[in-house]
Amino acid sequence: MAKLACRAVLLAGALTLVGCVTINIYFPAAAAEKAADRIIDEVWQLKNGAAPKAEEPGTAPGDKK
Amino acid sequence: MRTAIFFTAALAALASLLPAPALGQANLEINTPAIAALQRSMQQRHSQLASLYNSGAVGFTRDGNVALRDAKAVPLAQRQQVNALIASENQDRAALYREIARANGHPEWENDIRATFAQRWISRAQRGWYYQNASGAWVRK
Repeated sequence: MAKLACRAVLLAGALTLVGCVTINIYFPAAAAEKAADRIIDEVWQLKNGAAPKAEEPGTAPGDKK
Repeated sequence: MRTAIFFTAALAALASLLPAPALGQANLEINTPAIAALQRSMQQRHSQLASLYNSGAVGFTRDGNVALRDAKAVPLAQRQQVNALIASENQDRAALYREIARANGHPEWENDIRATFAQRWISRAQRGWYYQNASGAWVRK
């Protein structure tokens, strides 16, 4: 009986521990992808959805190279 | 006594399962001054990098950086400048990944965020640009 109780307590402890680890390492992959896309839009100036290539040659006036 | 212990164990197991799926709904925080500054800096650098992506001189690595892929595509006189450009870009990228992890209260997410970005840079890259595949070989999109 004492042995069984001990085992149960150990099991509870182990499960709780696993639970904590699960919460800590949980990474919101979908949200991260969305965030990455928003930043890439900004950095590569793809925001207005339209073909980014068509925009590139000589858009901004005074943009001399 | 035995029932009580098993009940506790069952409760602990349940409690450990519940919160995980509930967490991931929200968006990640990316609106901080530090992240905005990095974004601007990378955006300004992009006009120079874009022509290097186009020529195949520079490509996207599988770890979320950029790297010199074909030095011969860069005139000797410009090579040093291109290397400096790559170094600053990678510095900004590292800072960006770190800042996003920090802004969300999970500095330990940095590598996951880097991995996510590595995938997204590559899948959003234009046709003709080069990237590293899973085994590290350069592939043209």
